[in-house]
Amino acid sequence: MTLGGWIIMLFSVGCVTTLFCWCIYKVLTTPEEEEKMHGFEIETPDTEHK
Amino acid sequence: MTASNPKEYWNSRIGIILAVSGSAVGLGNFLRFPGLASKHGGGAFMLAYFVSFLIIGLSICWAEWAMGRAGGQKGYNSSPGILGAITGRKNLKYLGVLGVLVPVMIYMYYVYIEAWCLGYAVNFMAGNLEFQSGEEASAFFGSFVGITENGAAFGFGIRQVGFFLVAVFILNFFLIYRGLSRGIELFCKYAMPALMILALVVLVRVMTLGTPDPGNPDLNVSNGLGYMWNPTKVFVEERTAEGDWQKLKEIVGERSLSAAQEEASASSDLRVREISLPEQLTNFQLWLDAAGQIFFSLSIGFGVIINYASYLKRKDDVVLSGLAATSANEFCEVGLGGLMTVPAAFTFLGIAGATGSTLGLGFNALPMVFSSMPAGQLFGFLFFFLLFLAAVTSSLSMLQPGIAFLEEAMEIDRHRSVTVLGIITAIGSGFVVYFSKDLKALDTIDFWVGTFLIFVLATVQIIIFGWVIGINRGLKMANQGALFPVPKIYGFIMKYVTPTFLLTIFALWTTQNVFGYNILTGQQEYSSYWKDLFIEPNGVAWFSVFLIVIVAAFIAILATIAKKFKFQDERGKKS
Repeated sequence: MTLGGWIIMLFSVGCVTTLFCWCIYKVLTTPEEEEKMHGFEIETPDTEHK
Repeated sequence: MTASNPKEYWNSRIGIILAVSGSAVGLGNFLRFPGLASKHGGGAFMLAYFVSFLIIGLSICWAEWAMGRAGGQKGYNSSPGILGAITGRKNLKYLGVLGVLVPVMIYMYYVYIEAWCLGYAVNFMAGNLEFQSGEEASAFFGSFVGITENGAAFGFGIRQVGFFLVAVFILNFFLIYRGLSRGIELFCKYAMPALMILALVVLVRVMTLGTPDPGNPDLNVSNGLGYMWNPTKVFVEERTAEGDWQKLKEIVGERSLSAAQEEASASSDLRVREISLPEQLTNFQLWLDAAGQIFFSLSIGFGVIINYASYLKRKDDVVLSGLAATSANEFCEVGLGGLMTVPAAFTFLGIAGATGSTLGLGFNALPMVFSSMPAGQLFGFLFFFLLFLAAVTSSLSMLQPGIAFLEEAMEIDRHRSVTVLGIITAIGSGFVVYFSKDLKALDTIDFWVGTFLIFVLATVQIIIFGWVIGINRGLKMANQGALFPVPKIYGFIMKYVTPTFLLTIFALWTTQNVFGYNILTGQQEYSSYWKDLFIEPNGVAWFSVFLIVIVAAFIAILATIAKKFKFQDERGKKS
């Protein structure tokens, strides 16, 4: 592989890996995140608007 | 959802991110992307790829997430309901029909391919796949999927696809029957990390292959990576009788280059030519392929994201979640797929083995590669099992839009909806699998639905977001509850650039792949798909299109008569 090939590969892989890690970090550390205790809730959505 | 149906929600934000990224990560990440990058040259392809990612990928992804969540807040989870409800235009529900048709039709053949992945994994584990030649690998594939004659795929031995097909069909419907969070989300929460770990294990194996054949030192991992990522492509060209130069073969590796240069210096009819990155960028096919890859890889225009996002709550963050799901797909594609399959195929088989179709690379070349490497039985199993996991997370997402639509249109609960969809998809899949000769039914539906209609649906969605809903209102919808807003420049991009780019790509793609016009040479030869319908009519191709039309009509009729889809047309009213 040529030097140009190494640069392109490392840049491309580095960009997507950094973006992925940053997103997952943000998702996991954002305080609004809350685990619900069950899979679904009894809720009719139209009640939210009335 | 009906009054008697409880509304389902995702259990956690990471859950939906893994579910959406699971939907996007599929065979294309590990087989199609590396093939295209190596074909065009990594540098030029990645440039076009990243441009397409920013213009098409993120734009449509955020639009789908925002529209889906807004539709969910109005009580709709299916694409016809969502588009009708959030725009206030009742006729737009008919465009939403595509958002149900596309995933349901794709499921009918995708589950067949999913069964191949499981079958290859099991056969590797059982030690049945030790190929000595390409012919052996090709013969096994043909026999396994029943490519020689219609009906041949229904065998139930370990070396035939029938048993695996039934197994994956049951698995998919078992998970979908369990529901959104206890089925899809739970499975994706384990399957996606497992898939990434498996990919990393196989990647380490590939990176440590070295030079397997000392007698052919140019076939090594470094050159395999170079074949894919080097910015400059090197070809040996031959002078034709007319005096033009035509490509003879591609060269990778110092020894091959020296030998080619020596050969060229001895003959005036041969030359070695380097194609630089800027020159590669002038190839419009490269842009078409890069945009197409971004498009199909991210699951945009499938009707899946809009459906998944409808199960979010009002203040859930769609901007970060959309970006996270997209980045997970990109990581799997560029960071894992881009380093694994093509370099491995090159290292054992050379350029000839590393080029070809997605299915050729996956089910002919790579089984030979694993047969040739130390501990190949184990790594072959791991690789095809990771493909299987990727396929299941995708196929689950193809069922949920259909489930949601049937629940709303027929006012039935999830379990009944699963039964109805199970019957429809079983008939459709049975059709695809029965007509296995040359994979004609699969290929035809994949082209007209899995490629053509996806373009149409994505274009419809971005135009509705930017022009019908309005870009300001659309961005306001997207930014609700967001940790950070969609960058302002995306207002302009989503309204003008994305539709223009998409329509241009669509026009070029249709011109080339349907009507067969070669824009560079001006020559025309109709595509096989067009020929199968209108030039040399093929019964299976016609039946396949008929199946698409029947399912589309069924969905459209339900959308017309369902009480839930009787929208008040709000055009002209002030909001």
